[in-house]
Amino acid sequence: MSLYDQLGGEAAVNAAVDIFYRKVLQDDRISRFFDGVDMAKQAAKQKAFLTMAFGGPNNYTGEDMRRGHAHLVAQGLNDSHFDAVVENLAATLKELGVSDELIGQVAAVAETTRNDVLGK
Amino acid sequence: MPKVIYGGQALEREEDQSVLDCLLAAGVDAPYSCRSGTCQTCMMRAVSGEVPERAQAGLKDVYAAQNYFLPCVCYPEGDLEITDPGDVGKLPAEVTSVESLGGGDILGIRLKPLTPLDYRAGQFIRFFKDEHLARNYSLASVPALDDELSLHVRKVPGGLMTGWLFDHLKTGDTVTITEAAGDCLYVSGKPEQNLLLIGTGTGLAPLYGIIRDALYNSHRGEIRLYHGSVTPEGLYLDAALRELAQQHPNFHYIPCVSGDNVPANARSGMVLDGVFADLPKLNGWRVFLCGHPEMVKSGTRKAFFAGASMNEIHADAFT
Repeated sequence: MSLYDQLGGEAAVNAAVDIFYRKVLQDDRISRFFDGVDMAKQAAKQKAFLTMAFGGPNNYTGEDMRRGHAHLVAQGLNDSHFDAVVENLAATLKELGVSDELIGQVAAVAETTRNDVLGK
Repeated sequence: MPKVIYGGQALEREEDQSVLDCLLAAGVDAPYSCRSGTCQTCMMRAVSGEVPERAQAGLKDVYAAQNYFLPCVCYPEGDLEITDPGDVGKLPAEVTSVESLGGGDILGIRLKPLTPLDYRAGQFIRFFKDEHLARNYSLASVPALDDELSLHVRKVPGGLMTGWLFDHLKTGDTVTITEAAGDCLYVSGKPEQNLLLIGTGTGLAPLYGIIRDALYNSHRGEIRLYHGSVTPEGLYLDAALRELAQQHPNFHYIPCVSGDNVPANARSGMVLDGVFADLPKLNGWRVFLCGHPEMVKSGTRKAFFAGASMNEIHADAFT
């Protein structure tokens, strides 16, 4: 059974997206990077990210991720901010009752995007 | 071979080709990103033909209700005619009445479209003075209840458009408008859900349409309208809304006045303060916000943090 299926597929993504996005926006370490964005459009992007991190269907390209975050890297986006997002992701899954083992797997998938997000 | 019709051209589509790939193969500069039906960058609207359910999975219900879909995961059985999301046509309309609302600086304009116009309560049209000058106005009317379109326009000091509307527009004039657009609207199917509507100024117009549409559709959940104004005159539908509240026990009208002159039957203070004092938790609520951009932005954030789902917050900032 795939990671995505173990987590509960699209229903799990839907359950997680609001909780995750709320945490991110309320996290003083990273909230400034979301100033001025269209919240509804951003929520759709968060959903795409969660689907990918949950091992769901995606056509992830590092190039898109680099392009999408380049302006934030210019504003100082760095490893500490990436860590904060992964932390919020883990806390979201914990809140939804996901096991530590699966949370570790999701964090590992998210980790594969680090260099692209940070433009390294 | 099934066809995709876009911009008046019929494009041949292979059975296993997505609508997005078909467009790209034909040289259309269509936007896209994830190609897996999640990011919604490529969203378009179907004009005719059957959209497969899969191509609307995860879309806001207000989008699905208007035949929006995701071309990257769309494999229709038959022909599909599609258009860019923002594409709307123009049509002529006749002005049937122009009147002052609430005795202040707000004008109520009624229009009769001279060619058929499909719209949903809460949407907006673009109203043209001439080729160079046009503004968007929300519709306060409901298709099932009203024969005419109804707009509420606040006078903007020194404004070119509103100056013309206030001084020169008269009954019998023929004007040009666009088809309706916008996703701040009532979607039936959850009659028990609680609805919260927050508006400032003429942001009340679309909310008035949405409320009457919901009541017409026998909505049973609580419907709470908070209307904010600086002055008492700005509560320009006060009488009509109080009457509506009398007729429908599940509808509650809470006028809020932020200036010094607060009538006895209105709340004192900013509209958002009133809302969140009454409703600190919004889990399961559907929220509509229309009016001043700062109020809409701040209210969207507060509603989301109070527990409303991002998919069920509908915002329309008047700029």
